[in-house]
Amino acid sequence: MTLGDLPALTSARVVDVFDTVEDDSISRRLRELGFVKGEPVKVVGRGVFGGDPLLVQIGFTRFALRRSEAARITVERL
Amino acid sequence: MTSALTIALVGNPNCGKTALFNQLTGARQKVANYAGVTVERKEGEFTAPSGRKVRVIDLPGTYSLLAMGPDEIVTRDVCLGLHNEVRPDLIVCVIDATNLRLHLRFVLEVKQLGRPMIVALNMMDATVARGISIDREKLAQALGLTVIETVGIKAGGTRALIEFIDSAATPALPVPASVPEDLHAEVRRLLDATVVMPSRTSAIDDMLDRIFLSPLAGLLILFTVMFVVFQAVFAGAAPLMELIKTGFDWLSAVAEQTMPEGLLRSFVRDCLIGGLGSVVVFLPQILILFLFILSLEESGYLPRAAFLLDKPMSMAGLTGRSFIPLLSSFACAIPGIMATRSIHDHRDRMTTILIAPLMTCSARLPVYTLLIGAFIPEQTIAGFLSFRGLVLFALYLAGISGGVLVSMVITWFRRDKTEHSLIMELPSYRLPNIRNLGIGLLERARIFLRRITGTIFAANTILWVLTTFPGKPVGATGPAIDYSMAGIVGHAMQVLFAPIGFNWQICVALIPGLTAREVAVSALGTVYSVSASGNEAAQQLGNLIAGQWPLATGMSLLAWYVFAPQCMSTLAVIRRETGSWKMVGITAGYLFVLAYIASFVAYHLTLALT
Repeated sequence: MTLGDLPALTSARVVDVFDTVEDDSISRRLRELGFVKGEPVKVVGRGVFGGDPLLVQIGFTRFALRRSEAARITVERL
Repeated sequence: MTSALTIALVGNPNCGKTALFNQLTGARQKVANYAGVTVERKEGEFTAPSGRKVRVIDLPGTYSLLAMGPDEIVTRDVCLGLHNEVRPDLIVCVIDATNLRLHLRFVLEVKQLGRPMIVALNMMDATVARGISIDREKLAQALGLTVIETVGIKAGGTRALIEFIDSAATPALPVPASVPEDLHAEVRRLLDATVVMPSRTSAIDDMLDRIFLSPLAGLLILFTVMFVVFQAVFAGAAPLMELIKTGFDWLSAVAEQTMPEGLLRSFVRDCLIGGLGSVVVFLPQILILFLFILSLEESGYLPRAAFLLDKPMSMAGLTGRSFIPLLSSFACAIPGIMATRSIHDHRDRMTTILIAPLMTCSARLPVYTLLIGAFIPEQTIAGFLSFRGLVLFALYLAGISGGVLVSMVITWFRRDKTEHSLIMELPSYRLPNIRNLGIGLLERARIFLRRITGTIFAANTILWVLTTFPGKPVGATGPAIDYSMAGIVGHAMQVLFAPIGFNWQICVALIPGLTAREVAVSALGTVYSVSASGNEAAQQLGNLIAGQWPLATGMSLLAWYVFAPQCMSTLAVIRRETGSWKMVGITAGYLFVLAYIASFVAYHLTLALT
């Protein structure tokens, strides 16, 4: 499943971040920020309007990711 | 005596780099732009105990050297030693001690470059509260770099760093660049070996985010914050602005009394004092607004507000970060446009700047008040709503809808259709630091006064020449402005403006009205030779135009002021913030076209209906 499908407050691990276009700079940035294979990840909150953006905990940091950004990240539940 | 040393501070956003920079250099800072780009270049200086001068450059924060925007490109080039303006002898890589998983990766990335560098382990004060312990010596050993503890927000928190810079005979030794291929794996290895962290997040942050980001309380708090900011900018600045106005009026009066009548007096009074006054009067609003913005940014709330509003704003082709600049523009577009610096996506920033002038600023109110008072009958609708109030509300709404529409059109037509990224870090909450706020405010005030005054002064001089020369012929009866170049241009302009119902008096008043929107009211007074002053003049003028203008002309002028680029200060600040005359041209051009169309529709619709 992708990070966008992960229920809130469920522990998961990153499987992969895939490119949606060639040389996807958003995916590259996500990998730089720590979305790499094996990293524990959790959705800790959602936006008020349509559940967008997502509030994501990765490493020691929280990021706001739009759904389209979170959709690039595949995760597995722990 | 050793020669001056240049050090550059680099690091991830939110690593406390700017606080460290302020601590090192105090208020002795220079803010300029890097050549050819609108990236801010902050530079300061301090003298180390040995007497050695150290020049400090605060580079834009970046997550990676694989740069994504103009700011990050500057940082990358400086780190690579490729930048031709800034070549540091030493790179100080600043990292947040509570956020090492993210920040150590960047240290490794910079280390790969093999340039002279040290690491500043910053925010050491926050580690105590969270029970984090870091084995600094072991970390330094494992990294193969000098690691120095700093506290950016505490006096003396940079002592160790200054001592190191001072004592190191040749800090300019390149570091060994051997770094394993997988940076993330290496960071994990470093953390396991050197850091003990009881919990990955701070309990306070978790709790505050649960409140601030929740649907009900979150939106309520956001609304309250916005209301307070708006009130403070709108109402709080008013007494100070009055004071400044009074001060400049007094100066004008002094000039009037002490100087002999003639061109010089008119120049000093109208152009020098009046022109300067029309700019300085914005300063209270700018300072108050930035006091709030800097506090909200430092405390970590601003990204939370952007989080809450990102969805609705992105539907209009903007971002959550556009909200505060646009809200500020309701007071005045100048601070609003200056506040767009916190928008990281270049395209989103340009769109926000383009539509900021459509938000109804406070300078439009005197014009609206005059026209509504003259043309809209006072009646009550549905028992309690004032018709005049409704019309005013409709004017605000017209501006907002115009902004949304323009933003959507821009998004539609833009060639670069690649996805706009949000990816926004929500940093730990912190108490704003008074010293940092003070330095930040001083910097904004300096930028505003220094950069804007020149442009405005030039524009004012041109307008003064236009409205003064060639002067009133002997025996002429009309007001002096009628015989000036502005008068001539105004009469000529009437050909262009006749289809939207403007008479020549309006056309002439529009020219001095370019200095600031509310000036149009007094300019109309001048054209119609209204002899009273202050509120009485507005009253007289209101009665006069109500009698002389058709209703359609009044409606047309109202529509004109919703959209028209009638403010040169705004255009000057756009020039300053974007570094591009093209952006100024596009803004002025589209606003003019929009205003013309709106006035045309308003004029002919009213004619048809009455």
